[in-house]
Amino acid sequence: MRVPAILFLAFLTALIVSCGEKTAADRAVEDGILIVGNSSEPKGLDGQLVTGVLESNLIRALFEGLCTEHPSKDGVAMPGAAKKWKANDDFTVWTFDLGEDRVWSDGVPVTTKDFLFSFQRILTATLGSEYSEMLFYIKGAEEFYKGETTDFSTVGAKAIDDYTLEIALRGSIPFLPEITKHYTWYPVPRHVVLKHSGGKIDVPFSGWTKPGNIVSNGPFTLKSWRINDHIEVEKNPRYWDAATVKLNGIRFLPVVNSYTEARMFFDGLMHITYTLPPEFIPYANNNYPDETRSELYLATKFVRFNVEREPFKDNPKLRRALALAIDRESLIENVLQGGQKPAYGMVPPFGNYQTERAVEFNPEEARRLLAEGGFSDPKTFPRIKLLTADRDVSKRIAEAYQGMWKEHLGIHIDIEQKEWTSYLNAMTRLEYDLADSGWVGDYLDPTTFLDMWIKDGGNNRTGWSNDEFEKLLKQSEHERDPVERLKILQKSERILMSELPALTVYWYTTNYLIDTRVKGWSPLLLNNHPYKWVSLEPNPD
Amino acid sequence: MRLRQNKVAVASGLFLIVMFGLCFVAAWFTGDPNQQELTHKFAAPGSGHPLGTDQMGRDLFSRILFGGQISLLVGLVATSVAFVIGISYGAISGYVGGRTDAVMMRIVDTLYAIPFLVLVILLQEVLSSSAGEAAGWLVKKWSFPEETTFRFANILPLFIAIGALGWLTLARITRSQVLSLKQQEFAQAAVSLGLSPRRILFRHIIPNTLGPAIVYVTLTIPSFIMYEATLSFLGLGIKAPNSSWGVLIKDGANYMETQPMLLIFPGLFFTATLFALNFLGDGLRDALDPKAAKD
Amino acid sequence: MIRFIFKRLLQGLLVLFVLYTLSFFLIKTLPGDAFTGERAISEEAVEALKKRFGLDRNWITQYALRLRRLIVNQDLGVSPKKNREVSMILRQSFPPSAILGLNALLVACAIGIPLGVFSAVNKNSWFDYAAMGFAMIGICVAAFIIGPLLQTQIAMRVPAFKVAGWENPLDWILPAITLGLAPAAYLARLTRGGMLEILNQDFVRTAHAKGVPPLTVIWRHTLRGGLIPSVAFLGPAFAALISGSFVVETIFQVPGMGRHFIDGTIDRDEFLLLGCVLYFGILIVILNLVSDIIQALLNPRLRDSL
Repeated sequence: MRVPAILFLAFLTALIVSCGEKTAADRAVEDGILIVGNSSEPKGLDGQLVTGVLESNLIRALFEGLCTEHPSKDGVAMPGAAKKWKANDDFTVWTFDLGEDRVWSDGVPVTTKDFLFSFQRILTATLGSEYSEMLFYIKGAEEFYKGETTDFSTVGAKAIDDYTLEIALRGSIPFLPEITKHYTWYPVPRHVVLKHSGGKIDVPFSGWTKPGNIVSNGPFTLKSWRINDHIEVEKNPRYWDAATVKLNGIRFLPVVNSYTEARMFFDGLMHITYTLPPEFIPYANNNYPDETRSELYLATKFVRFNVEREPFKDNPKLRRALALAIDRESLIENVLQGGQKPAYGMVPPFGNYQTERAVEFNPEEARRLLAEGGFSDPKTFPRIKLLTADRDVSKRIAEAYQGMWKEHLGIHIDIEQKEWTSYLNAMTRLEYDLADSGWVGDYLDPTTFLDMWIKDGGNNRTGWSNDEFEKLLKQSEHERDPVERLKILQKSERILMSELPALTVYWYTTNYLIDTRVKGWSPLLLNNHPYKWVSLEPNPD
Repeated sequence: MRLRQNKVAVASGLFLIVMFGLCFVAAWFTGDPNQQELTHKFAAPGSGHPLGTDQMGRDLFSRILFGGQISLLVGLVATSVAFVIGISYGAISGYVGGRTDAVMMRIVDTLYAIPFLVLVILLQEVLSSSAGEAAGWLVKKWSFPEETTFRFANILPLFIAIGALGWLTLARITRSQVLSLKQQEFAQAAVSLGLSPRRILFRHIIPNTLGPAIVYVTLTIPSFIMYEATLSFLGLGIKAPNSSWGVLIKDGANYMETQPMLLIFPGLFFTATLFALNFLGDGLRDALDPKAAKD
Repeated sequence: MIRFIFKRLLQGLLVLFVLYTLSFFLIKTLPGDAFTGERAISEEAVEALKKRFGLDRNWITQYALRLRRLIVNQDLGVSPKKNREVSMILRQSFPPSAILGLNALLVACAIGIPLGVFSAVNKNSWFDYAAMGFAMIGICVAAFIIGPLLQTQIAMRVPAFKVAGWENPLDWILPAITLGLAPAAYLARLTRGGMLEILNQDFVRTAHAKGVPPLTVIWRHTLRGGLIPSVAFLGPAFAALISGSFVVETIFQVPGMGRHFIDGTIDRDEFLLLGCVLYFGILIVILNLVSDIIQALLNPRLRDSL
């Protein structure tokens, strides 16, 4: 009888002692550790092998590219591994001066050798990178990747010396510094990667990113990694700008269930959540108004039309009819509730790019176009299906579309909900009629939303193509005047929106919860907050 | 029948009949469960909406009743299949014994470990097109009501998957019962009387195994219903915009802090039905137990 | 007995072999593959990746090679989605799942069995109805309700309990309760049913008539027989509990194995999934064996069947 009694007493004591104790978040503020929800276990920490947002959050803490993000202003490039850079007149050749004080966390200097090695690595097809095309801006890169040549010196990246990198591009790219902020352009430590891969450049899973092996050049270094539990990074004393870094460390928690994540925030277990489910948004706004954020995010939600199938084949009027029958404001206000914006075009407006108003809610016009599209009697409309994935929100959005098309056009569309990989598979193989989908922009330029629609593009997935559209895209790369260039891109978007292979619905916002003691965290369109500017300050008592 | 004397069981039976009536008959009079009114979300119970509206402004009462059709069907059909297969399999395995028993039980072991989810996804992929075609044929040629037919066609792969793997534990439980019953006096007496094994098995042994089996079955019905809801976490199960009790409860759970009624109302229907099933099952168990007759 | 165990283990190996083969080909027939992603991958990259993982050959060759590597080197391969050896992934996620499963089992037995016994002994009393009602709650109110309920009502009010996480033993409690309530309900009802079968038999009446105290009757004579259906149920139930529950793990952020079953299926990560299947198969074989042995111990008459 004694053992259970002792256990019970110990339990009670623990309970009592913990009353009035500080929360994990409080203690972390004192220690200078930021606790961040990061959705799920990352597929890896090698920037050349991953493609996800959550992975990019981790890689951004550990590594640094040529340029880095400004903490609060979109479209401004700050010094990173490069201390300054300049372009020639027509933006076809850029020269980056690497800072001589930049070193890897083991003290080895970061030089052009690392950058050339990294570029070559990601452009080596046998590595199996999923994102090599981010480097195709470099002259000769695509040809090298496709194996048309095995001589890397034909690729336009050259080392003038150990600290001067010259990059020749395939056309005029005035926004190259923005691209270098993307993790595919980050350097990997040549000496460490080669050490673990037996001297070969194309060994993907060599273990060089494991704690103990990994070496990085960013504001933090990897401290510990427990799968499905946490990843912790700590301040890198060798970082060239360590004086700016106020945090002592960051703890990333891979919380998959967004409801649990929100509850963890309310329970004082983390400082910033990855997301906020729509059901909680009104609740959070009422009970935690200072902690709830809703910020514009560079992403578009749309519905793909399979233009190789009836009834959408060669029928842009019908597609437009469906587009005009969606009441975007109602969807946002009643279903999403996250302050998203109705998408009247494909490219979200930002910076100097003006998106033209191509679609909006207009039920009468929609009905007229439905008739012109060949269905003056809505009952003759075939029973087609809307493909959607398994996420809860996707289900409700699909139900809303279904309801709107029924109400305003009188047509009935079935919802086909598939689990995630089956959904992707069906969409890629064009085995669908309509597909609920979206696209997140990778960098701040309209081309991140336009390039995908080229003929047979891997991310196109609609069967649509248009020669004039592609001609304009190519033309934009030869236009050296940034203003003219944007006009050309606008023209191409006009073509896209008149043919509507995809029905644009809304532009995203990112909704999340953030502790009021987190400073230096401002809204950014790409949501790629540079951690070196973030700090934790206790609230004034 | 002895069952009639058990008041609780009788009351439960009546309750179930009422519930069935509500879901399969009265449902059609409650309006369209999928009619959205986005501006009238979360309405309180009132005129036109006896239990209020849900997150898309749909009538909750109607959705619960239509959802009940799916859940009751999944629960009963899948469970009946599991019951019949499980009891027969387990009884035969236990009674025959020896190598046959070993083989049969090892098959059960193997089937236990097969990743159920893989099976469900596969069945869905493979069957959904044929089920859709069959449904379409039924609608066109035999004028079946369109919505309903397609709704049930969608859930057919789920029935099959659950039925295919749901009988395993029942087989194990039955087998254990049979093993112990085999040794008892009455069984050995029957053997010495010269009765055929088949007769012994089906007339004498199986009725004695029904007790735990029925008990187990009253538990599997709700778990099957909830399992269907868990599958819809992953995009399988009943397709939007249709619903089932499990899905209504799962979705309602997300609104626990904010709109608890969305969870409580479907939850009440579900729980009440299951309590009734349980008490009825207990009554059946008592009624069928040959020994209880001595009391 | 030893021969019996040996025989069963041999049979178990056969089971595992069949299981592996069946699952291998079942998984291959799923639509999509490990390289179906939201962003399209170039053909060159897919080819390179497939070669790296040996997925470029025909199925039979893959099967033979992987089976040989499995038997000879005990090598489960590398997961293309998690970029780690599968054996390491499983090894790391096993302890939390095992702890969670064991605790849930404790909860289930501690609640279910006594409840079942008392209900059977006091059949049709208010206690019986109340207890069975309570047991039903465990099933009706599934994990995805109990979990958040415990989170919002207990964890957020009592500082000692966290909403999610797996850091100290206090974190084990809420997930164990959530996971253990459903098996508790099964156990309660199965125990009650099993006990009722026995309690109705003649030898029990004889014992009562002879004046044997009721508790002794229960403990010594009936409990063993009454527990048999429960033990039959517990074998696979325990296996399922230890190999993780996806729902409970994601609600409480437990770094266990349940997630890997689901992730492996959704990601079409056949290496991870096969690893999980094998692992679960081993558990089933062993635990069913243990369950059968215990049943025989409880009922001497069953020993002949061993």
